[in-house]
Amino acid sequence: MASSIATDTPPPPAPAPAARRNQSTGRAGDKIFLGLSRGSGIFLLVVMAAIAIFLSIRAGIAISEDQGNFLTTFDWNPAGSPPAFGIAVLLFGTVVSSVIAMAIAVPIAVGIALFISHYAPRKLAAPLAYVVDLLAAVPSIVYGIWGALFLVPYLGGLNEWLDSYLGWTVLFEKTEVGVARSIFTVGILLAIMILPIVTSVSREVFLQVPRMNEEAALALGATRWEVIRLSVLPFGRSGVISASMLGLGRALGETMAVATVLSPSYVLSLHLLNPGGGTFAQNIAAKFDEANQLGRDALIASGLVLFVLTLLVNGAARMIIARRKEYSGANA
Amino acid sequence: MAKRIDVSGLSAYYGAHKAIDDISMTVEPRSVTAFIGPSGCGKSTFLRTLNRMHEVTPGGRVEGKVLLDDENLYGSAVDPVAVRRTVGMVFQRPNPFPTMSIFDNVAAGLRLNGKFKKSELADVVEKSLKGANLWNEVKDRLNKPGSGLSGGQQQRLCIARAIAVEPDVLLMDEPCSALDPISTLAIEDLIGELKGRFTIVIVTHNMQQAARVSDRTAFFNLAAVGQPGKLIEIDETERIFSNPSVQATEDYISGRFG
Repeated sequence: MASSIATDTPPPPAPAPAARRNQSTGRAGDKIFLGLSRGSGIFLLVVMAAIAIFLSIRAGIAISEDQGNFLTTFDWNPAGSPPAFGIAVLLFGTVVSSVIAMAIAVPIAVGIALFISHYAPRKLAAPLAYVVDLLAAVPSIVYGIWGALFLVPYLGGLNEWLDSYLGWTVLFEKTEVGVARSIFTVGILLAIMILPIVTSVSREVFLQVPRMNEEAALALGATRWEVIRLSVLPFGRSGVISASMLGLGRALGETMAVATVLSPSYVLSLHLLNPGGGTFAQNIAAKFDEANQLGRDALIASGLVLFVLTLLVNGAARMIIARRKEYSGANA
Repeated sequence: MAKRIDVSGLSAYYGAHKAIDDISMTVEPRSVTAFIGPSGCGKSTFLRTLNRMHEVTPGGRVEGKVLLDDENLYGSAVDPVAVRRTVGMVFQRPNPFPTMSIFDNVAAGLRLNGKFKKSELADVVEKSLKGANLWNEVKDRLNKPGSGLSGGQQQRLCIARAIAVEPDVLLMDEPCSALDPISTLAIEDLIGELKGRFTIVIVTHNMQQAARVSDRTAFFNLAAVGQPGKLIEIDETERIFSNPSVQATEDYISGRFG
């Protein structure tokens, strides 16, 4: 491919020796860079394909052996006879805990990002941004331990409060006694864990709002909040969606912190405050070591579902962004 | 309601750097006043002090007085946001709100002022777009994004947005410098029409433009790079371009300088 580009180009009309040398080193650099960048692109596709093929084959084996319904069985027993397992509980736990995390984290993250980018004095903004970024460097097992030792006992009061005032919604009705090792607690912990990534990306986007867009609002007599509403948020909208998707990706796949906090049980309960439940990643981590061959394939099949779920979420986000593309700040 | 601007002893700073020094002048209502001068002479900075936009730049600070009729814009009880609602501004590069439709762009200032009634908004939007000579070009696509228009149309959209709130004064910071000659001509014609209703101040690098559109012209200069800009003289445009009273003005407009 690279050589065809060289042959397509007409020979330069008798250049001076110095000029020719410059040109040829330029060409060589072009070729090397083209090769490197193309190679990297192909490498990525090969890796993706390898993962997808591996997951699909193993998952296919597991699903064909499954005597229950892979989507609707409320049980995970690949070692039984007959083996029966389904992902319903995991799908529910994963999606619900991530949705709780997003509902808590995204508004707070946008608030922090706006504060750092548009409200805080410069002397405060830089250290604050640094501290938020630092939160992302904490290993997830540390979050997990903190969640189990601190968050779980201290959420008891909040759980009682939610139970007595919002118990009628069923979701916040606590029907089982026990500490708060629940899907709801996992959601709160995940919210704290995805806060830094959503905040940093949003902050960067808000900082990129062109000065002239903000001045347009200012010159019309907009207050600081109105400038944010008229110029900053519309411009940053797609960026905030992307940031949220990055956070959601992390929440969906988080393993150690969830495994440490949750007291896993293979039940699907709408009572989010009750201990128990499970997520894809937590279930894999908890069961992989002791699983037999079919058990491992079954876990891989559940991993494939998580993979597809993440893809769907990303696709949906891209559609949301693309739908209003002509109104986006990009073509200003 | 066009108002007179009376500036006295005005200096503006960026942090410790003094950008303009001790400027005093009067801008007449219902007329066009042009600011000319070499780059860095502070004419844009001075323009931005007239609607308190200078101070939104980090480190931006102003000393002195700007009277709009009899009210000092820099009085201690004056809210800069309220000032900007009565002194409109058009920028060097067209800056419609990219995420808003043409209609919403023009209505933005009205909505900030608390007007939300659809029929009322539609009337003012139509009037403003007609006032900006843009109505015929966009009346069939008011719901399309403003960023889809050509540069000249976008600039007229920005003018429509600025005049929709009926400001006392309209400030224009090199409004044609990013436009082609035909769009420039359209804007210049528009300025001629608008001066019957507003006090207009325009900063321009183009001396022919100053001569074409303005009634009075102010010449700014700076002693050297890094020195604050100063007002050299302000007079009838005709006089500035034919027989200025200061030699530096003569040198600048005849191209012997800057």
